[in-house]
Amino acid sequence: MAELFRRLGAVAGALVLGTVILWVLFLVVLPQLFMVDMSLRPHLPVPEQGGPADVRSLANYATLFANDLHRGIFLRTILSAALVTVLALLVCYPVAYYLAQVARGPTAALLVLGLVVPFWVNEILRTFSWFLILSRNGLLNQVLMGLGLTEAPLNMGGVGAVMVGMVYAYILFMVFPLYNAIESLDRNQIEAARDLGASWPRIHARVVVPHAKPGIAVGCIMTFMLAAGTVAVPQLLEALPGGTNARWFTQVIYSLFFDGGDWNSGAAYAFALLVSCVIFIFVMMRVFRVGIADVAK
Amino acid sequence: MLSGQSITLEQVSMEFGDFVAVRNADLHIEAGEFFSFLGPSGCGKTTILRLISGFNEPTGGVIRIGGADMAGIGPNRRPTALIFQNLALFPLMKVWENVAFGLEARGVARAERRRRAASLLELVALEGQGEKLVSALSGGQRQRVAIARALAVEPAVLLLDEPLSALDLKLRQKMRAELRTIQQKTGVTFVYITHDQGEALTMSDRIAVMSQGRIEQVGTADAIYREPASAFVATFVGESNVLAGRVTRAAGDEAMLETAQGGLAGRNPHGLEGGARAQLVVRPERCRLLDGEAPGNRLAGTVERLDFEGAFVSLVVRLADGTEVAAQLANDGELPRLKAGTPATIGFPPEAALLLPVAGDG
Repeated sequence: MAELFRRLGAVAGALVLGTVILWVLFLVVLPQLFMVDMSLRPHLPVPEQGGPADVRSLANYATLFANDLHRGIFLRTILSAALVTVLALLVCYPVAYYLAQVARGPTAALLVLGLVVPFWVNEILRTFSWFLILSRNGLLNQVLMGLGLTEAPLNMGGVGAVMVGMVYAYILFMVFPLYNAIESLDRNQIEAARDLGASWPRIHARVVVPHAKPGIAVGCIMTFMLAAGTVAVPQLLEALPGGTNARWFTQVIYSLFFDGGDWNSGAAYAFALLVSCVIFIFVMMRVFRVGIADVAK
Repeated sequence: MLSGQSITLEQVSMEFGDFVAVRNADLHIEAGEFFSFLGPSGCGKTTILRLISGFNEPTGGVIRIGGADMAGIGPNRRPTALIFQNLALFPLMKVWENVAFGLEARGVARAERRRRAASLLELVALEGQGEKLVSALSGGQRQRVAIARALAVEPAVLLLDEPLSALDLKLRQKMRAELRTIQQKTGVTFVYITHDQGEALTMSDRIAVMSQGRIEQVGTADAIYREPASAFVATFVGESNVLAGRVTRAAGDEAMLETAQGGLAGRNPHGLEGGARAQLVVRPERCRLLDGEAPGNRLAGTVERLDFEGAFVSLVVRLADGTEVAAQLANDGELPRLKAGTPATIGFPPEAALLLPVAGDG
């Protein structure tokens, strides 16, 4: 902080610091507090708000656990988001390793471009492309029928479809942290391990993965947060035939806010999701034995 | 039990696109030998090391280790271990785990790994340091961990890629002696890559001097210094004065070379004949300061510099055509009274000078 003032001077320093404080206060802290407060109050008609019935309690949170449907969706969302994270890690690790340690020059540049270009398109459109692939008359069904593997088009909707869409939607958030971490590994270490007789699985298990841990943690955290918090992907892919059981917890929150008008329950549900995500972050940091500083890198 | 194996290169070439990194290398390294590749950076010595270790396959020729053709055999299955220039120790593992990594890869049980790592750490004088992280060790200690890690897989050939270059002078000299001791104790064939002639000359049984992908000369330190095969070797290994000219008369082992400085006589081991273009090389320490009109090889000019070095005086004389010739004069108590700009004549006996063919002249 002293460094900031010394470098920018009193006026500019105060301006920068003030902006950051205002930002954090008005855009992060206060809305959250407002939401927490709202989540503790009962859902009442406007005239009764502030009246004798308007007392704080954990009733809204209790509903989440009492309502079998909502609790089921909540748990399934957390599990599915975790599964999406694992799948994304499995898909992205080889890609990131190849980019960081094997590909050279123009090949590497072309590959990065290939990964980035789809992300110039909006997330909804990217997801919609999966809708087209997986729909009844979609690409995949046509290929399967063309190969004679199936007579009639299959219903591809469901949790699986939603997860595929998410793995695709968030691939970059997994690839780039991994790429950064693996890229900083001295190539000689891989060669040294190989020279000492280690097999490829052992080289990855003992040298590459331990080095890439902070990147893996960051990638997993980002992917999990995005997967657990997205509305667009499940909303779109749920519309696939057979996709009715693919509700995401965010959709429940959405409908509480916008369809039911029950902001109090919505706030409680949203806060429960937020807490789950924070717990996930700490678990990941524990599992990978990385600190906040490593993650911030 | 550790023991060495021989290495043979037969017409080995390595091309990267249009760039020829190694050109038709023919070489035999004896089992248990301390062999060095010496050359400036970019001469192809590291490429040769990578070819022997198996990280690259040669584009031409055959590499044999212990008589067996190594074609198609990866670095993890060759009887070699490589010590990298930056050592490439595993920073996230303890010292003993580093040393035992090769054993781990071979499926040796943990207790046995620990035991073997401890005895190797003892060999390199690091007993009791096994539980530390590599980052807690000094440069010289890391060096020794790298050696222990490489020896753990009981290689027949240890390949070293300028491993001492990051150390300061004192430590480097100490490690030279230690490397030599370890090599003699284990009997493993050491192949050492360096651009530092001091390292190559002091440690090696034999040296290959390389330039631009070609092996210029192979021999003992003494032979290479005494009988350099080319002007490149003569100037890269130690210092040499090089004077170009044309052979006028060849008789027996000696020949006369006509240069811009007049006729100079020297040994003619390559059997150069009259008319051939040649270079005469002579070491500064074989040059003397002449006075009077003594016959023989004479190079007259003016004193350019006179540097007092303690045990000797380094004299540089600029000849009429601008060529500089260096002489090292022993400090025998009577230093020559010379100042820059005064005339001086340098001479040397014919047997101290060597006539070499000019490259590309057959």
